[in-house]
Amino acid sequence: MIGGEAGKMALYQAVLDNEKALLDEWVKEQIGAFSRQGAIRETELRQQCETFLRLFVQAIRDGNTTDLRTPEWEAVLRFLSDVSSSRGEQGFSPSETATFVFSFKRPLFTALGKAHQDDGKALADAVWEATAILDRLGLHTMDVYLKTRETIIARQQEDMLELSTPVVSLAEGILALPVIGTLDSARTQVVMESLLQRIVETGSTQAIIDITGVPTVDTLVAQHLLKTVTAARLMGADCLISGIRPQIAQTIVHLGVELGNVTTKATLASAFAVALDRQGMKIVRSKPQA
Amino acid sequence: MERIPILRMGDFLLVTIQVDMHDRLAMTLQDDLTTRISKTGATGVLIDISALEIVDSFIGRMISNISAMSRVLDAQTVIVGMQPAVAITLVELGLTLPGVKTALDVEKGMQMLRVIGGGSVVPPESDGDDDRQEY
Repeated sequence: MIGGEAGKMALYQAVLDNEKALLDEWVKEQIGAFSRQGAIRETELRQQCETFLRLFVQAIRDGNTTDLRTPEWEAVLRFLSDVSSSRGEQGFSPSETATFVFSFKRPLFTALGKAHQDDGKALADAVWEATAILDRLGLHTMDVYLKTRETIIARQQEDMLELSTPVVSLAEGILALPVIGTLDSARTQVVMESLLQRIVETGSTQAIIDITGVPTVDTLVAQHLLKTVTAARLMGADCLISGIRPQIAQTIVHLGVELGNVTTKATLASAFAVALDRQGMKIVRSKPQA
Repeated sequence: MERIPILRMGDFLLVTIQVDMHDRLAMTLQDDLTTRISKTGATGVLIDISALEIVDSFIGRMISNISAMSRVLDAQTVIVGMQPAVAITLVELGLTLPGVKTALDVEKGMQMLRVIGGGSVVPPESDGDDDRQEY
């Protein structure tokens, strides 16, 4: 077996003996690797490297090097997670994030090479041991980085959901909900909730759902729309659907979607006229047309 | 035993559900309400569920049943003040309550009853309750 106890001890000794030199080399290596100037301050970077080295030496001394899931490695992994997720949030690229661990290889191998100048076998063992550990640590960094980015994306998606469903008030007692984009289950839920919430807040009895901006209507979307209309009716508000384009009208009939007794209108204007009429209001021209 | 009060306002009965409905309470309400309708000859029933936050399929069906029973007894029923979450839940459960009239709040519900029922809310000073004719 390559590596093993001898390799581990050699690695430990090499890191311990050259701590200061390793640190300098490593920081220099990383500063060169960043594409952007001033992406991270040198003092901050140095501090991160110092902390990592300290934890790393401790972990090698106490733990086994074949399994990083042991408690001895926990501190190292946690520290790397912190570094990685903070870099992910600051918008570092994946390679810039991974560099933190991988750039440690060169200084470390140099140090190992110096320590075992005349013993090829020992050198190979130590290098293998170091590579195995650093690679796994690097992969861990990437895992955390990706997770952080995914969290950010999920949060942005949520924000977009909220943004894309504004409920506007057209007149006293009349609300309109212009839907833009595809209606999926998650979005319908948000649309439905915000519409119903606004109905309660404003005491509106007429709600117009305008689907001019919905590119396609399939059975699922139609079902979602019907659900919203039914829920609004249960609360005591009338719901109209407007903005049905000719193609969509055709699709709805071809799919055999039963819109039931939902009032549908071609344009928002005609739906608004119906809503006004139901409210007992009308729009009059105050000046003759020019 | 816990009961939901049924208040009389002229020709109409007003039921406000202020507690969480459990099954037995709903059954009692159904009994009480039908008895009251036939006794008073009310033409309209207003059920205010604005304080109701949790529904299940049973309560949903009870709401539907109660309003159907009232209709059979010749009293129009309006359900008012359903919370958004309750409405969504009922729709997801497939209980769309067809035929049940709904309104946003008690005010609008009363107005609706006046329009469809033709009854009137007797002003408090006239002692209308005693000499009421049975329909």
